[in-house]
Amino acid sequence: MDKPFAITLDPGSSLANRTGSWRTSRPVYLDRLPPCNKQCPAGEDIQGWLFHAESGDYESAWRHLTKDNPFPAIMGRVCYHTCEGACNRGRLDEAVGINSVEHFLGDEALKRGWKLTPPASDSGKHVLVVGAGPSGMSAAYHLRRFGHRVTVYEAGPLLGGMMRFGIPKYRLPRDILEAEMQRVVELGVTVKLNNKVENILDTMREGKFDAAFLAVGAHIGKRAMIPAGDAAKVIDAISLLRSMEGEDKPMLGRRVVVYGGGNTAIDVARTAKRMGAEPLIVYRRTREKMPAHDFEVEEAMQEGIMVKWLSTIKQAHESSLTIEKMALDSKGFPQPTGEFETIEADSLVLALGQDVDLGLLEGVPGLQVSDGVVQVGANMMTGHPGIFAGGDMVPAERNVTVGIGHGKQAARHIDAWLRDEEYTPPPQREVAVFENLNTWYYADAPKTVRPMLDIIRRQSTFDEVQGGLDESNALFEARRCLSCGNCFECDNCYGVCPDNAVIKLGPGKRFQFNYDYCKGCGMCVAECPCGAIKMEAEEI
Amino acid sequence: MSFQPVHFYQTGTFTVGNRLLSPEERSVQANLERTNSLNSGHRACQGCGEALGARYAIDAAMNAARGRLIAANATGCLEVFSTPYPETSWQIPWIHSLFGNTAAVATGIAAAIKVKRQQGQMADVRVVAQGGDGGTTDIGFGCLSGMFERNDDVLYICYDNGGYMNTGVQRSSATPPAARTATTMPVGPEPGNAFGQGKFVPAIAMAHEIPYVATATVADLRDLEHKVTKAMGIRGARYIHILVPCPLGWGAASQDTILLARLAKETGIFPVFEAEHGEVTGVLKIRRQQPVDAYLKLQKRYAHLFGKKPAVETIARLQAAADKNIRKYGLLDQEAN
Repeated sequence: MDKPFAITLDPGSSLANRTGSWRTSRPVYLDRLPPCNKQCPAGEDIQGWLFHAESGDYESAWRHLTKDNPFPAIMGRVCYHTCEGACNRGRLDEAVGINSVEHFLGDEALKRGWKLTPPASDSGKHVLVVGAGPSGMSAAYHLRRFGHRVTVYEAGPLLGGMMRFGIPKYRLPRDILEAEMQRVVELGVTVKLNNKVENILDTMREGKFDAAFLAVGAHIGKRAMIPAGDAAKVIDAISLLRSMEGEDKPMLGRRVVVYGGGNTAIDVARTAKRMGAEPLIVYRRTREKMPAHDFEVEEAMQEGIMVKWLSTIKQAHESSLTIEKMALDSKGFPQPTGEFETIEADSLVLALGQDVDLGLLEGVPGLQVSDGVVQVGANMMTGHPGIFAGGDMVPAERNVTVGIGHGKQAARHIDAWLRDEEYTPPPQREVAVFENLNTWYYADAPKTVRPMLDIIRRQSTFDEVQGGLDESNALFEARRCLSCGNCFECDNCYGVCPDNAVIKLGPGKRFQFNYDYCKGCGMCVAECPCGAIKMEAEEI
Repeated sequence: MSFQPVHFYQTGTFTVGNRLLSPEERSVQANLERTNSLNSGHRACQGCGEALGARYAIDAAMNAARGRLIAANATGCLEVFSTPYPETSWQIPWIHSLFGNTAAVATGIAAAIKVKRQQGQMADVRVVAQGGDGGTTDIGFGCLSGMFERNDDVLYICYDNGGYMNTGVQRSSATPPAARTATTMPVGPEPGNAFGQGKFVPAIAMAHEIPYVATATVADLRDLEHKVTKAMGIRGARYIHILVPCPLGWGAASQDTILLARLAKETGIFPVFEAEHGEVTGVLKIRRQQPVDAYLKLQKRYAHLFGKKPAVETIARLQAAADKNIRKYGLLDQEAN
């Protein structure tokens, strides 16, 4: 006891004082589901791949992305990016340009020749995929990655399905399409082109397939009953777009009338414009009711395409059409007015939707068809065990991204089915809503817009309309991501804790709470920019 | 400009650290090896702004002085909650002074170091004095002014939470107008602290024309660290006045401490600036301006302003005071707005 005057105790550290015992609620780290990821029909972990892109590690970003979707260069051009509509940044300034970063990553991969990861094992099972469109090729990719042998039967002469025969070149250049398709083939997927499956059960038996995924698309243009004179030239939109891929370009004349209001109608009109015609879209309702995406209508208008709203075509003649004006009733449905007019037209293109050719399914027991599409369960399986279906031939929204998502879903269920198991998706995480964020910490940063081809070339050539970002602005755009609900290691919790009760684990390892000293003040939760911490009541 | 220029990294530009920033651009608080001058286990309330501000400031000072630092600490919350005998949370050489003489104690330490250095017995060690607003603006004010006028080589840091909080929230000369404390009018036509009283010590420090005076809040870490680092690079008397919200004394939620400090700055109620030799040389601009209500409503000490009949006139007077600060210090960026 050799201590100075009046001192009886040894000096001690306050670490002996476990202030964690004061706590009535505790902070916990969590990964919330970002709204973009929740929205994506292809199930991409968007926030996850943007996280890699933010640090300029584009290859990791691309590898993370292609775990869910092997076609980023295609997606960056044709996906309707509903993710951006869900983006929390939209409530701060503008949504993150997710689609343009995906576009950049896809092009970067093609430029650098990055290859998809080959399968690690061989299951010995053989799966038939019918149709080499987005859904079929997505399924082929995922099935191959699970270690199954995959053979794709395609009725057409080339890979891509509706992406090649339905989407014009100015939106999706063919070299990009071909390159991303080939990359899947290189994984060891066998493709048989010009091989139409006439009867699915016969083909499965002959090829000794263990399961099949059908994704034949919807290639039959719908016809409307329009009385037409012998000399009138009437064709359907999908045949027209398909013939654009061949040597013999269709002869449409100068005045081309396109009937319909969907994306296909817009595609046809813009294609006709580029062939030197003067297209006119006739649609029975108004612009607000038009099913085509707003930006596509906008781009078409910029290119000088005219639209006649509230009109139906009553009769087609050799060089003119009879049109009846419509009026919307109180419920918003178009009703005939009895007022007619005549417009000049050298040809009429019907863009009224497409049907599925279900010929290959005749006589398959258990299979259900209603409204012209095949019914499937939540596991994408038809009523016939072992036959799965997806894409445009099942009831769902029809677009490339949905098709790719179906391919992935089906592949997971097929893989489980082949092992006599059931695929159970991981439990849904809670969604990171705007209110979870502390937006003070994000600097203002306006969206970077991709360059558009000049209008003259858009009206006369099939050059790609929308350009891509370059490295510097793609990086900028990726860094606009708020990382909703997922820690990006900003050190805020580590910094703002008055009790020094957050342990920093080092780069890439995030943080941990030291509950011995955490008093539960909640400051880390309030100051976390991205909402990756929440308070939970303490059991007392 | 007073604050560190922010590099344009969209995710987390204003955060404590950022995985995308190079290590030399990151804050002291983001460092795995920060001193943690004020360590865990201290007995400050949940969400204490002063505990946070003290760690921010002293860690930055330790970083600037390469670990060679002695602190003198006035009596007050900071001393009481950090050092109940025989425990201490301080991980630096630290001495507890009387309530009123911490500036003088620091002066003495600095003088002793000077002599020892002249005798070649010691390498350079820097001195910090710190206290709350009671120990600084009231009780220790004479010693503080003396330290300033002699230009002693001490950095004095005042943690301003607007009252004597550890003894039960009594009024100090830094208590803002209309705020209720245990020793202001509880009832009557104008409850709370009277208008026209109190003092703003940063302005008084500037009047001494000492080399460096700055204000800061716990809401702007980078600005705070920049100012402490800058002050440590200067010899002579320096003064930094840090606004540290007090959940207990202000009647605020413990998680709102940083939010309140941010709102004090964004409303103009607390001007954040720096001055050299008596001249203002830089201000931290308001980024997203807010009306004073946004700040007042979160605190029970102002609850009497927002009863069934809101005290519109009092709120307008507080708004006028904030607007005066905005004009006086040029807190709004005219180009940006």
